[in-house]
Amino acid sequence: MTALTRPFRRLRGRSAEPVAETTATPAPAIEQPGVAVDIPESDPLFAYLQSAPGPVDLARLELTSPALDTLRGAGVALVVPLVTQGELIGTLNLGPRLSEQEYSTDDRRLLATLAAQAAPAIRVAQLVREQAAEAAERERYEQELKVAQLIQQQFLPHELPQLPEWQVAAYYGPARVVGGDFYDFIDLGEGRIGVVVGDVTDKGVPAALVMARTHSILRAEAPRLIDPGRVLARANELLVPEMPPKMFVTCLYGVLEPESGRFRFANAGHNLPYVRTPDGVIELRATGLPLGLLPDISYEETTGTIGAGHTVLLYSDGLVEAHGPDRDMYGFPRLREEMAPAHTGDRLLDHLLDDLHRFTGPGWEQEDDITLVSLQRSPGAGAWSEEREVPITRDQVPLPDAAGTRDVAPEPTTEPLLAFSVEGAIGNERAAMQRVADAVAPLNLEPARLERLKTAVAETVMNAIEYGSQGNPEVPVDVRVDADDTVIRVRVTDRALSGPVPDAEMPDLDAKLDGRQKPRGWGLFLIRHMVDGMDVHASDGMQTVTLTLARTPEGGAS
Amino acid sequence: MTADRLAVEVVSAIPGEARLAMRGDVDIAADEALAAAYAEASGTGPDRIILDFTRVGYINSTGIALIVRLLAEARRDHRDVVAIGLSDHYREIFRITRLSDYLTIADATTPVPEEAAR
Repeated sequence: MTALTRPFRRLRGRSAEPVAETTATPAPAIEQPGVAVDIPESDPLFAYLQSAPGPVDLARLELTSPALDTLRGAGVALVVPLVTQGELIGTLNLGPRLSEQEYSTDDRRLLATLAAQAAPAIRVAQLVREQAAEAAERERYEQELKVAQLIQQQFLPHELPQLPEWQVAAYYGPARVVGGDFYDFIDLGEGRIGVVVGDVTDKGVPAALVMARTHSILRAEAPRLIDPGRVLARANELLVPEMPPKMFVTCLYGVLEPESGRFRFANAGHNLPYVRTPDGVIELRATGLPLGLLPDISYEETTGTIGAGHTVLLYSDGLVEAHGPDRDMYGFPRLREEMAPAHTGDRLLDHLLDDLHRFTGPGWEQEDDITLVSLQRSPGAGAWSEEREVPITRDQVPLPDAAGTRDVAPEPTTEPLLAFSVEGAIGNERAAMQRVADAVAPLNLEPARLERLKTAVAETVMNAIEYGSQGNPEVPVDVRVDADDTVIRVRVTDRALSGPVPDAEMPDLDAKLDGRQKPRGWGLFLIRHMVDGMDVHASDGMQTVTLTLARTPEGGAS
Repeated sequence: MTADRLAVEVVSAIPGEARLAMRGDVDIAADEALAAAYAEASGTGPDRIILDFTRVGYINSTGIALIVRLLAEARRDHRDVVAIGLSDHYREIFRITRLSDYLTIADATTPVPEEAAR
């Protein structure tokens, strides 16, 4: 006799089932004891057994049912449904009687009584076992979290660099479910310090291992290559082949020269640093794709000088994406605002964390790791600061790759998918968008990705027309589309009549609705959310924006 | 493909409700049409403004700005705003920009329930 239990809404026969053993009564052996018989809910036999008033004689059953065929093939003659609270939770399967007589009315009554009494007990046993499995799974998960935390914390710096005339402060607050944040300070020799803040997508042990690997690569490559763009390009090159699916690393890496205050950095898709100066808070810009997504990526560098009394803040998503009780986000504007008052070093970080807790309110469960690193130059940092100090400036330098021959903007030598120009008149972005869409149609992008590309192209061309051509139809905007096996690149080049595109204010809908921000200013925001990468390159009176979109969701943002 | 200038018809068939049936592109050129339509709709004193995007093929960042402005006016006038007929792509954009936090997105084919419109 075999009892069929029902894990995951399926019926499976297992003669060794402990529950079955307890319900077994002497009965004729079926020809293939222990054969697994699944009765899916979609099989007509399932519904039949669930509503059957008692034992079912398979020989008399007329049903088109694969499960019925299997049971008959296994030598089952009589099936006794185990039903409790209207649910079929298993069956007792009996072979023919040894006497070769049919099961009598008494036999059937006995079996029906047995089934009615056994079914609730079996169901209880099933539930107990399911709960035990769930508890074991929870325990395994908690254990994995502990391992991930151990790995992650192993790689955080044990002490902060001691730099004359500088106050360096750092905070790392892990979420209960580890989020993969990391930061590091690397001695580069000649007094220079490498500063790293990063975030691995995903959570748990896999993210912690990727974080450890990234940490090791940066530790090995930074002292050798120094230049932030080259370091990130090298890290990307090493990470791409070994990155697990759907994971990547955002990372900001900068080189600080403490004596001069020079800070050079490159960015792989991480939050942009803020600098507090006496004139307000400035966002530093450098763009680049996250590490581990696509091969052959270059990273632009931005260089500036941290003046006396200035403070640089590097931070991870956990702060700006923290939610308040009404599910609103802490956000970049609030961070800028809270950073403005003159707090120093640790006090700045304490102030930000206090403000975060005011925002989230009591009982907040931290959703993601929070990492903050601040670098503050002392207000009286030598005579140099008074005379030679220059404000932070954008100084975007296209980087050579390892061979020193390539940078971001120059057009590739391969044949483009499409290249054309439009007059610099408002409204022409619509036509440009459609031409690009037509050109990439043979690539069969998913409709949602195509729509994203179209929006990004339209917004980029509109910016080029508005700023680069200043709306003058005689000043054209050039568009070029290239594609390889993995990505589509759209380059939009304008004549930069307005100079470099200013850093756009981060649009804040609340502020716009309250009148504190103008309604406009969504263009760059939309572009950044629509494509996987956006690089800006300016030279010789031209400005080129390169949009990169992976051809499949696996290759980039979904 | 050239720009398709927005035309807006104001439909006030249901008491307390004004539907702005748009046809064309929601971009900078839609500024006057949308402002005029809101002003006309306000004349009937509706509690709820329905933005009907069923016949809108293109919305860009300047169009988003116009919707933000309309939304600000509606909030000032204590009117709920409901958007219907949005494609999946523009639903995503409304979500990314958080417009969906301040207006209700509904299917064009189903009546807007009272509670959904708040």
